[in-house]
Amino acid sequence: MIDKQTTSALLYLDGISVSFDGFKALNELSLVVEPGEMRAIIGPNGAGKTTMMDVITGKTRPDSGDVFFQEGAYDLSKLDETEIAMLGIGRKFQKPTVFDMHTVEDNLNLALMNDRSVRATLLWQSSAAQEKRIDEVLDTIRLKAVRSRVAGSLSHGQKQWLEIGMLLAQEPKLLLVDEPVAGMTDVETMQTAELLKEINATKTVVVVEHDMAFVRELGVKVTCLHEGSVLAEGTIDQVSTNDRVVEVYLGR
Amino acid sequence: MKAFSLIHILDRGAVLFLVLLGAFAVAIPVLNLLVPASSSLHVSTYLVALFGKYVCYGLLALSIDLIWGYAGILSLGHGAFFALGGYAMGMYLMRQIGTRGVYGNPVLPDFMVFLNWHELPFFWYGFNHFIYAALMILLVPGLLAFVFGWFAFRSRVTGVYLSIITQAMTYALLLGFFRNNFGFGGNNGLTDFKDILGFNVQVETTRNALLVTSCLALALGFLICRAIVTSKFGKVLVAIRDAESRTRFLGYRVEAYKLFVFTLSACMAGVAGALYVPQVGIINPGEFAPANSIEAVIWVAVGGRGTLTGAVLGAFVVNYAKTYFTSGVLAPYWLFMLGGLFIGTTLLMPRGIIGTLKYGFDQRAARSAAAEDGVETGAAPPAATPHAAE
Repeated sequence: MIDKQTTSALLYLDGISVSFDGFKALNELSLVVEPGEMRAIIGPNGAGKTTMMDVITGKTRPDSGDVFFQEGAYDLSKLDETEIAMLGIGRKFQKPTVFDMHTVEDNLNLALMNDRSVRATLLWQSSAAQEKRIDEVLDTIRLKAVRSRVAGSLSHGQKQWLEIGMLLAQEPKLLLVDEPVAGMTDVETMQTAELLKEINATKTVVVVEHDMAFVRELGVKVTCLHEGSVLAEGTIDQVSTNDRVVEVYLGR
Repeated sequence: MKAFSLIHILDRGAVLFLVLLGAFAVAIPVLNLLVPASSSLHVSTYLVALFGKYVCYGLLALSIDLIWGYAGILSLGHGAFFALGGYAMGMYLMRQIGTRGVYGNPVLPDFMVFLNWHELPFFWYGFNHFIYAALMILLVPGLLAFVFGWFAFRSRVTGVYLSIITQAMTYALLLGFFRNNFGFGGNNGLTDFKDILGFNVQVETTRNALLVTSCLALALGFLICRAIVTSKFGKVLVAIRDAESRTRFLGYRVEAYKLFVFTLSACMAGVAGALYVPQVGIINPGEFAPANSIEAVIWVAVGGRGTLTGAVLGAFVVNYAKTYFTSGVLAPYWLFMLGGLFIGTTLLMPRGIIGTLKYGFDQRAARSAAAEDGVETGAAPPAATPHAAE
């Protein structure tokens, strides 16, 4: 086991392998994300995109390899989901997951960066600063008009946005966004690209997505995964013209 | 700065509930003690004890609703905490008997003399003091719930698996308490109580006082639950219930939240059991029977989970029906009726009585609000399909 890495990267994955009952979901995967970067991850189903997110957020432990955060300061393979979330890694699930019975506002309120202890939430009082922050996030995700509706009554696209808003309210250093535009209309897809670019102005973002038009719209470095490891990396044009990528993923 | 806002805790439903409970707590003793027995308004002492029992069941139902309705923890062994609180009270009451027992032993309860024991087991020490017993009523169920919850929630046991191990827990206790050498009176349990705090448990005034005390405990339990579910903590509980892993990825320590609320709920169930025992005059291992715990869950389902008031109402309604039907020709069919009630509630009224009423009111309020400002909905930019949710 290598000691703390000397790296300038915010997120540093090296030689990660994960197998489930003999199936190698990740195979010697290495990925480096620099602070302030936005990275798009593409790849066919079963390429290991979601497993990679699971490893980063502590849901799955890697069989081997290193996962470091913040210039190698934290070894994520030794922390659990809660600790990793508190370090500043926010995650949006593939299927939009918001708290259906709570209002849009309460969803954000629960996500706001605050003391998460039992005692603190029992004695919690709302403050002007927090109200203001919620307003800001509502503006960013364009859901101000529905702030007091229960999240369960939102449309699919609105739920995706709310979940991104919850990530923002968490004040993370790194956002992991899993298929943010799945099931969205073209207009919503382009709006989401705008939103992520806006967010990227201050935060590091990793986006997993199948929608190539969306990835092109983002205009960032692309990593293509296949069978648990990196197949190609570069600009969208480089990756989409790569012979192997065309063969296994895009099709001829 | 106030920690809890009273306006939130005491919404209209909560105030109505407390007023009704207060009226009940005043009316029953008045009708029993002050109205002559010849009057048609007179409430018999039998009914006072019966109602007192219902109130204790109401508190048990409340404790189940707090964890099931809000945190999604379905305990099918909550009767165990109820029974443990009951045993703690029973031990105090046994030690109050003193020389008035059949064998006249000043220290040892009758069953110990009968078993030829010569010394009081160490775990019976201190139960001659009410304060100590009161502490144990909270501590024993609370500690068991804490230890049980610590292992279960940390191992992320949820859903039906958790329900099954809570059943196993209460069943294990049932078997233990049935044994004579366990030291709690074996299958006869603890009974023949004489006084509580120096008052004869059999007389009318004590029975009325116990009923009023039970109502006060229920009111206090209700206020604690309301304070919890209206706080941000309560919102986290609902978040855990609806999307546990989302809550975890937001950075909440889910197991700590569950452990806190589960332990609190067990303490409430313990208090309910402790108040129940002097009113029914006996506590035996039968109280640990898994069926009792399941019955309590049915009360909550019938009244409406996640409503608090519904849980109490469900406990009253189902138990009144039980008393009514099991004393007539329909007695052999009661369990079928109970089963039918549960299935009927699940299929036809999954929100329960109060839940259905609340839903109806909310729908009506939403409709009139929508009629007032029809422009608002769907105007938000990302909402390209505003009606997809319907």
